[in-house]
Amino acid sequence: MKKLLLATAATLLYATAAIAEVKVGMITTLSGGGAGLGIDVRDGFMLAIKQSGRDDINVVIEDDQRKPEIAVQLSDKMIQSERVDIMTGIIWSNLAMAVVPSAVNQDVFYLSPNAGPSPLAGPGCHKNYFNVAWQNDNLHEAAGAYANGVNYKNSFIMAPNYPAGQDALTGYKRFYEGKLSGEIFTQLGQTDYAAEIAQIRASGADSVYFFLPGGMGISFLKQYADSGVDTPVIGPAFSFDQGILQAVGEAALGVVNTSQWNKDIDNPTNSGFVDTFQAEYGRLPSLYASQGFDTANLLLSALNVAEPSDADAFRDALRAANFDSTRGDFSFGPNHHPVQTIYAREVIKEGDVFTNKIIGTALENHSDAYAADCKM
Amino acid sequence: MSTILIIEQILNGLQFGVMLFLMAAGLTLIFGVMGLINLAHGSLYMVGAFAAAAVAGATGSFLLGLIAAFVAAALAGAIVEMVIIRRLYKAAHLDQVLATFALILIFSEGTRWLFGSFPLFLNIPSALSGPVTLPGGIQYSLYRLTLIAIGLAVGLGLWVLIERTRIGVQIRAGKNDREMISALGVDIGKLYTLIFALGAALAGLAGALVGAIQSVQVGMGEPVLILAFVVIVIGGIGSIRGAFVGALLVGLTDTLGGVFLPELFKLFMDNGAAQKSGSALASMGIYVLMGVVLIWRPTGLFGARA
Repeated sequence: MKKLLLATAATLLYATAAIAEVKVGMITTLSGGGAGLGIDVRDGFMLAIKQSGRDDINVVIEDDQRKPEIAVQLSDKMIQSERVDIMTGIIWSNLAMAVVPSAVNQDVFYLSPNAGPSPLAGPGCHKNYFNVAWQNDNLHEAAGAYANGVNYKNSFIMAPNYPAGQDALTGYKRFYEGKLSGEIFTQLGQTDYAAEIAQIRASGADSVYFFLPGGMGISFLKQYADSGVDTPVIGPAFSFDQGILQAVGEAALGVVNTSQWNKDIDNPTNSGFVDTFQAEYGRLPSLYASQGFDTANLLLSALNVAEPSDADAFRDALRAANFDSTRGDFSFGPNHHPVQTIYAREVIKEGDVFTNKIIGTALENHSDAYAADCKM
Repeated sequence: MSTILIIEQILNGLQFGVMLFLMAAGLTLIFGVMGLINLAHGSLYMVGAFAAAAVAGATGSFLLGLIAAFVAAALAGAIVEMVIIRRLYKAAHLDQVLATFALILIFSEGTRWLFGSFPLFLNIPSALSGPVTLPGGIQYSLYRLTLIAIGLAVGLGLWVLIERTRIGVQIRAGKNDREMISALGVDIGKLYTLIFALGAALAGLAGALVGAIQSVQVGMGEPVLILAFVVIVIGGIGSIRGAFVGALLVGLTDTLGGVFLPELFKLFMDNGAAQKSGSALASMGIYVLMGVVLIWRPTGLFGARA
C-alpha cells in the first residue's frame, strides 16, 4: 500500500513537472506608503501577460510592504518552495540590494522593473540580472543635461539624505556644467519644506533641482507654489507620475521633468498600451506601469525563443531584447541596463486630468556611468 | 545669513510647533486622564485629512472640509473609544500598545479600501494662498500664518476649557482620582468618551490643516505621532501647558537645527560633507533635546513630581 502511494505521488509529481509551466515570482509593494508604484508595475505587467494569451505562465504575486526583511523572506519562499524560474517586481533600491544578489546567485533570473541601484550596474552586475527601467542616476543625469540646454547657470539642488538621494545629486552634477547656489539634504520622509524654501528664496538661484519621491514631492510642490518663489523647478519623473500629479494639482503645472517614457511617445506599441491600460483599469498609465509592461514583454519575447531551464539560451534571448517597447528602440548595454533616450516633459492639464507632454530630448542613447566597472 | 531668513525660519518653527501641539494635546489628555497609550492617534489625524479632502473635493469649500475633518475624527474617536478602548483602561500598557497598533493597521487598510492607494488632493483655499509681506519686508505664506493663529486660538480655548469650565474641573479631577470623582456622581464613562473624542477631533483638525500643504495619503499620521510622543514626554505627560511648550520647543529645534547645523559644520568642513553630517545631526536634534530635558527633569518640564 505504502509503495503504491509513493508510486502515485511520484507519478503525480512527474506529471506536474511535465506540463512545462513557467513560474514568475513578483515581489512588489502593494500596501503602505508607496503602494501606488507597485500596483502600477503589477498592473502593467499583468496586462502584457493577459494580452499574450499564454496560460502556461504562472505569476505568483506577493506584497513586500516596502520592508527589506519581508522582501528577503518572500524571495526565499519563492526560490526554495515555489521554485520560480524568474523574479521581478521590486520597486525600491534598498529592497533590491537585499534580494537580487542572492536570487541571481541561486540561478534565478531577475528582471528589474524599477530599482536600478549603482552596485548592480557596476562591480556587482550579474549575468542573470537585467534592468528594464533605468540605472538610478539616469533621470537625474538627464535633468543636468537639460539644465545646460536651457542655460541655467546657478542651480539650487536638494534631495533626501539616503543613498538614492545622494546618487540623485551626484547624477545631476555629473552632467550639469553651471555652478551651485546651494546643495541641501533633507530628511527622508520629511513633509514640511518651509525651511528649505526660505533658503531657496535667499540663495538667488536661477533654477531648482529636486529629487523627492512620493508624498515628499507632493508636499514640496504645494508649499513651493504657495510660497511665491518663482524660480523654475526641474525634477525627475518620480515626482510627476500619473498617480501623484492629481494630488499636486495646479502647483505642478508647467514644471519640467525628465523621463524615459511618456504616454505621447509615438509608436503603435505605446498608443496600444495607453488605450488598453485605460480600458482595463480605468486610469492613465504611469511610467511605472510602462516599465511593468515592458518587463513582461521582454520576458515573453525570451520565452518564445527558449525555456528558462535552458539558461544560456534564455539569457541570450533576454539580452537580445527582441520585443516592442513602449519606449520605441530598446537595447541593453554590456551590463544589462538599458541604453535609451531620456526626454524632458512638461506638466499640462488635459481636460480635468493633469498629465505630461514631451517637450524635447534631454539625452540620446544614454547608458550609465557604471558599465565600465561591470565584469561579467 | 540675513535677519530676514532667520525670522522666516523662526516663523516656520512656530508653525510646525503649533500643529504638533494640536496632535500632542489630545495625546497627553488621553494619557494623563485615562492612563492609555494610544498609538492610533496618528490614524485619527489621517481620518481628518481624508475627510477634509473628500468633502472639500465634493463641495469645493475648504471650510466645510475642515468641519468635516473635525466631526469625522471626533466620531471615529468616540466609536473607537466605546467599542474598543473602553475595554483597555484596566489592561497593562503593553496590551494597550498591541491593541492600538492593530487599530493603526485597520485604519490604514480601511482607508486604502475606501479611497485607494494614490494620494488625495487637498489644496489651500484661494483666499489664503500666496505670500503676504510682513513688516521688515519678509515674504511669508498667509496660510502658514493662519495655521499659527489657529493653533494659538485652539491652545487658548483648551486652556479656558480645562481651567475655567465645569468639564475642565471634572477632567482635572479625573486625572487625580478617578474613584473619588465617580463617587461624586460624575459619569466617568461619558467623560472618558468625551475626552477621547475631543483629542481625536484636534488630531483630525491638525491632519486637515496640514494636509492642505502636505500630502493626504495612507500612513501620513505615524511620523507625526512619533514627534507628538516626544513632545508630551518633554512637556510632562498629562499637562496641556507642557504639551504647548514642548511642541514649540520641538518645532523650533527641528526647523532651526536643520538650517543652522549644516551652516555651522561648513566652518570646518567642505560643503557636501557639511550638508550630509549637519542634516544627519539635525534629525537627531529633538531626541537630544528630549534626553537633556529628561536628565534635568525626569518627569518632563511640567510633569507631576513623582
